[in-house]
Amino acid sequence: MSCTIRIASPLRSYTAGAATVAGTGTTLAAVLEHLEAHYPGMRFRMIDEQQRIRPHMRLFVNNSEARELSAAVRDGDTVHLICALSGG
Amino acid sequence: MLAPMAHTLWIATRKGLFVLRAGTARRSWTLSGPQFLGHIIHHVVQDPRKPRVLLMAAKTGHLGPTVFRSHDHGRSWQEAAQPPAFRKAGAGEEVRAVERVFWLTAGHASEPGTWYAGSSPAGLFRSGDGGDHWEPVSGFNDHPLRPTWAALGTPDGAFLHSILVDPRDPQHLYIGISIGGVFESTDAGRSWSPLNEGIAADFLPDPTVPFGHDPHCVVQHPLQPERLYQQNHCGIYRLDRPQRRWQRIGDAMPRKIGDVGFPIVLHPTDPDTAWVMPMDGQTVWPRTSVGGKPAIYCTANAGKSWRRLDRGLPRSQAWFTVLRQAMCADSHARTGLYFGTTGGDVWASSNAGESWRCIARHLPEIYAVTHAA
Repeated sequence: MSCTIRIASPLRSYTAGAATVAGTGTTLAAVLEHLEAHYPGMRFRMIDEQQRIRPHMRLFVNNSEARELSAAVRDGDTVHLICALSGG
Repeated sequence: MLAPMAHTLWIATRKGLFVLRAGTARRSWTLSGPQFLGHIIHHVVQDPRKPRVLLMAAKTGHLGPTVFRSHDHGRSWQEAAQPPAFRKAGAGEEVRAVERVFWLTAGHASEPGTWYAGSSPAGLFRSGDGGDHWEPVSGFNDHPLRPTWAALGTPDGAFLHSILVDPRDPQHLYIGISIGGVFESTDAGRSWSPLNEGIAADFLPDPTVPFGHDPHCVVQHPLQPERLYQQNHCGIYRLDRPQRRWQRIGDAMPRKIGDVGFPIVLHPTDPDTAWVMPMDGQTVWPRTSVGGKPAIYCTANAGKSWRRLDRGLPRSQAWFTVLRQAMCADSHARTGLYFGTTGGDVWASSNAGESWRCIARHLPEIYAVTHAA
């Protein structure tokens, strides 16, 4: 399954500045695994060692927030990696 | 970046990394940066075994904690391939994730690739490859008493700091936990025991407990490693091993100043000389310079007496807070001392604290100041 991944600005140091990259996978977990293979280190900045989404990260599949990495991703979906507003 | 100079100060701030550089005479300091603007930098440490190497503990407001490494005096940085992280929790186990890497310590001279990291929540991690891959030190992180030792924490959680490696023995380690106390291992971190006898814990119902103390900063003299000093939440202490009972040397401080503070810094060659930055620990704990009149206090006799050093520092209305990693000394024949404030100023002395001048202003909140030769 192919998807589009939109990258929040704090993560673009991993994508050489790209705001959008192509992804693949049938779940959010698989998409992030694929992303990590291409952009090493990126996943851990979003997902902690207990496989929880970090407190100031929000992951969306299209317009729906995904609270679990098991969320389904379908062909043509857009995955948004969003940094939540985070203080001063 | 500028070429390496005789003296470099790495300034870790809440908003990025800055550098101050000076020649041998330390007359003129040049500020550069920021690097990693917007990153929360908790610590930057030069590798004494390979002075070109630096490690930096960082995160951002959004992104998780990591470690960056430089092999060229800070000109370029590479992120660790495997940053410090707890092992995956099993069923029914406490679920912990590193929220911030707070402290970095280079390993023993005989172990050139070894580094240690301390985290919040309180965790200890080791790298054997120069900080690229990190593993949990399970002897501490999975110790059955660890949840009890680090039960209280601070408003930012319990965190592990002051990782000390005995220069005589790579297996002999000390750590500090706020809140938790000082702990010692003599087998490279496989087992640990508390080392808090004699330390006050005025904030606890039972102030005589074996752990649960709040060591703000613990240091070991490199040339006399049996000597430890500690700036604690409840006073200044000295311990000469193999003794196990700390002596409250802060009792010799002026009563109106008290002996509360965050940092304690040792003279590089004289184990009897140390400097502290007292702060107001009365009533609601302002944690600012006492009376708005900042001063360093120095002992030259291992804590029997203290002398106020404030020439050049503001005489009034200066409400400094200097955090535990934000004060350091250099190794110049006439010791240089440096501290950074939470208000973003860096102050320097090139005569062991006798006089001071401000060498940088208006930086973000300063978390750590480390000297690199």
